[in-house]
This record gives sequence, structure tokens and C-alpha cells, in this order.
Amino acid sequence: MSDLPFPIAREAVLRRRADPDLAGHDPHGPKEAVPGTGHGDSGPASKRIIVGYGFWIFLLSDIIVFSCFFAAYAVLQGSTAGGPTIKDIVDLPRTAIETGALLLSSFTCGLSYAATNARNKLWTQVFLGITAILGLIFVGLELQEFIELAGRGATPQRSAFLTGFYALVGCHGLHVSVGGLWLATMMAQVQLKGFRHEIIHRLICFNLFWHALDIVWVGVFSVVYLMGAAA
Amino acid sequence: MSELETDLHRHGGIGHEDHAPGDEPHESVGHWVRNYLLGLFFAVVLTICSFWAATSHMIWAPAVPVAIVVFAIAQMGVHLVFFLHITTGPDNTNNVLALAFGVLVVFLLVTGSVWIMYHLNHNMMPTDEMMQMQR
Repeated sequence: MSDLPFPIAREAVLRRRADPDLAGHDPHGPKEAVPGTGHGDSGPASKRIIVGYGFWIFLLSDIIVFSCFFAAYAVLQGSTAGGPTIKDIVDLPRTAIETGALLLSSFTCGLSYAATNARNKLWTQVFLGITAILGLIFVGLELQEFIELAGRGATPQRSAFLTGFYALVGCHGLHVSVGGLWLATMMAQVQLKGFRHEIIHRLICFNLFWHALDIVWVGVFSVVYLMGAAA
Repeated sequence: MSELETDLHRHGGIGHEDHAPGDEPHESVGHWVRNYLLGLFFAVVLTICSFWAATSHMIWAPAVPVAIVVFAIAQMGVHLVFFLHITTGPDNTNNVLALAFGVLVVFLLVTGSVWIMYHLNHNMMPTDEMMQMQR
């Protein structure tokens, strides 16, 4: 082995490095940092990235939970057991106001984060406050709808369809309510602790959560209310 | 105080980092206000379109659910781009891959459930006949 001519081995290594088909297959990764890939010597991601990405994974799993409720609703939609159908219980004007409130709250939530990145405490709080009020309007309208329906005898135990309806819409409403509690906590933390790293990380997560809830609501109002009204 | 970490991160000072979903790349406040206004505009237009599709009788009735689904998916896309800042850039690869996997699981769950239950309902004996047999 030792009498192998060294330059030939070196030649082979150089040839392998120059081969475009083998580029990027170096087991030890590229020597230089490659922009945006996390490869190279740029080191582990900062906590801001890791926290945001981890929360993104959680949100996707939460959306998968919602998809189970959607599937249950779709399967049970016809099982009305002689009770009210979806067409009987849909109130489109209320749904339109709920949709507008939640969409605007998503907008103001984004503006609050823009204010956070400009390190403006006042506008951060103002927009978070508007977000909270719009969220309250949404939850209030949904509660009003549930109370009205229950008054007409359309309770969850009336039929499999109504169970699916209350489970899906109620699960979303519960998320918005919990999000509202989180929002109040964040306003207090911004006020008392200021824009510390961990507070900003929590604001990123809260923004993600609130925008994701609006995305789920797009599915709810389309599949439950609009398709129900059109059916 | 907190300027250090974020400014280093947002100017790409420490290497070239990924972009966290929901976080804002470094731009001026005006840029983000315009971005959110544009997103709100598209979302409102799409919402109005889907309410219109459901209530007016302009669209052939059996096609109405399809129209509603198309508008809903378009609006979800608008939310992802303008509110969650998901892009096709290389710093977003991880976010997009995770999202794609989530969408795959959601698709399998919903279509799989509807498909299987439709066939079960189809093949199930009507309840009164089953009661007859049990006597």
C-alpha cells in the first residue's frame, strides 16, 4: 500500500472534488456557509428562529387536529335524525360580521408586530388592544349564536350532525378564547417587561397562532356556513 | 438591550440564517403596513367572492361548493403569504416543507374519512331491515 504513488491519489481526490455530479455530497458538508441553508460554518440557528419554527410545527399539528373535526363534520352532516339541517341553522349576516371581525383582527395583529419591530410600545399596545376587542366581538357573536340555537332546541345532543357542528365551531371558538387570554397576558408582559428577547419570541408565536386561527376560520365559514347556505 | 440579537439576526450578521414563520424580514414599517393592507384587501375581496358565490344564483348550483372551495384555498394562500410571510426563498425551505407535510396529512385525513364513510353508508343495510333480521 505504502508504495502507491502519492500524486495519483491526490489526483483522484482533486478529480472527485471537481466532479459537478458529486458536488454537495461531501459527507462533511460544504466548507463555506451557503446562504439560507443552515449548512457550512454559520453555526446553529438563533433562539428566535428555533422558537418560531417549533411553534410553526405545533400549529401544523393543531391544524391536523382541526382537520379531524372537519372530517367528522363532513361525515356526520347528513345525520340530522329528523332535527334541524345546516340550512335551517345558518345565519349568514352574523357569519359575515364574525368573518370581518376576525379578518380585521388578523390585520391589526400583524400591524402590532410591525410596531414591535419598530420598538414602539404605544402602537404595539394599541394594535394588540384592537385585536383583543375584535376577538371579543367574534367570541361574543359565536356565543350568541350557540345560545339562540340551544333556545330553539338545537343542542349538541339533538343529532349527530349538531354534535359535529358544535364540536368543529366550538373548538375554533375555544381556540380564539384561549388566544384572547394569551393576548391579554402578552399586553401585560410588553407593558411591564418591555421588548426583551423572550417577550419578542412570545409575540412571534402569538402572531403565528392568531393568523393560523384566521386560516382555520376561512375553512369553517366556507365548509360549514357557506356550503350549508348554498346546499 | 434587546436590539443586539434581533439586529444581528435581521441584518444577517451572524451567518445566513433561516426565516422563522410569522417573523418579519428586516424592512421599514411602511413596507409592512403596505404588506398587511394588501393582504387585507385580497382577503376581503376573496371573502366577498365566496359569500357572493354562496348567496347569488349566478353560478350553476352543483358548482357552487367547488367555487367556495377554490376561493377558500386562494384566501388561505393570501394569509400564508401576506400575514405569515411564507415565501419560496431558500431561508423558508424548512417552513414550506413542514407546511407541505401538514397539508398532506390534512388531505389524507379529510378525503380518507369522507371516502371510507361514504362507502360504509352505501354498503350498510338499512336500519329497519336489520331490525327485522334480529327478530
